[in-house]
Amino acid sequence: MSERDGQRMLRADALAAIYPQLARDDVIVVTIMGAVAVELYQLGHRANFFYLEHAMGLASSLGLGIALSMPRYPVVVIDGDGSLLMNLGTLSTLARYRPGNLTHVVFDNESLLSVGGFPTATSTGTDLAGVAKAAGVPSVVRADTVDDFADVFTQSLAMQELTTIVSKVEPVGPKSFHMDLPLLENRFQFRRHLQHLAARAAME
Amino acid sequence: MPVSVTNSHVIYDALRAVDVRLVSALPETWLVHLIRMAEDDPEMILVRLAKEEEGVGISAGAHFAGVKSAMLMQNHGFLASVNGIVSFAQLYKMPLLMLISHRGDLGELDPWQTQGGMVTLPVLRALGIPSYPLSDPVSTPRIIRQAQALAESALTPVALLLTRDLMWEEAS
Repeated sequence: MSERDGQRMLRADALAAIYPQLARDDVIVVTIMGAVAVELYQLGHRANFFYLEHAMGLASSLGLGIALSMPRYPVVVIDGDGSLLMNLGTLSTLARYRPGNLTHVVFDNESLLSVGGFPTATSTGTDLAGVAKAAGVPSVVRADTVDDFADVFTQSLAMQELTTIVSKVEPVGPKSFHMDLPLLENRFQFRRHLQHLAARAAME
Repeated sequence: MPVSVTNSHVIYDALRAVDVRLVSALPETWLVHLIRMAEDDPEMILVRLAKEEEGVGISAGAHFAGVKSAMLMQNHGFLASVNGIVSFAQLYKMPLLMLISHRGDLGELDPWQTQGGMVTLPVLRALGIPSYPLSDPVSTPRIIRQAQALAESALTPVALLLTRDLMWEEAS
């Protein structure tokens, strides 16, 4: 299950393993705030990445709105246990509409890392993969090593089925949370990129 | 049912006229006809929510994708969405057309609606959200059109309050 002498995998390693797929111009990527956003940003920002720097819980709702509005493009939401626990109802809404182009990644570090590392309920037994399955998400996968994670992510991106991937990761993040990207610049750049994709789809 | 089908049609047709193609909703009595119209319309994406705040994220996604959207909710749903409105829609300057049934206002008979009814306008004002009542079928299409234009040009949430006068057919 785990690697690195009993340690869980590092989220940064998992992100690095799928970065070439995320960086594809036609893949739409939405992340939550904090360590996840910074780690993806540090791999190399792209116009198809949007980092939701607040509004905890709504990244998956945002991804659903994009996935339903742009069904021809793969949408990836990179979520976390703290954010998902704030909006568990989102799993029932995702499952209800089950857009096949949406891949929902949940990095579960059992911690509110970015605000001081307070343990979340997944540290005392709440099973987010179980919750997603019971909510009706058609494909729910656990992947706790980098190789497994990269495999199931690649499959999900190619498959037309809503998938939630839950991966246990170490509660460690970057030293600095600084990103040289004002949130409005990210917002307008991301929208412009999606407009280009939509225009391209309309021409095909 | 005393909820006005005719005026629900006026509202729905006005939303279609400004090219709203996605509606998120959480049902309540005054909204049942509107939600059914969205459901019966093959050109409309209807997203039924577990909690209204999800709709803020969904509408943001629609905006990024170039799709115009609206949220249909009760004022208590608006109150439940405040953090999403502040730290997503306002922080990120998102256009967000919110149609909010103003329960607990003049003529309300249900005691449980009244506290929310009384704080709705003060909360909207505190948030700096432009807010307008929809109270008659003649002006409703124009106000919806203007509210949509304002939301898009100012990149802000705009609230349209569905009043008892518009939504309810019995004299109250």
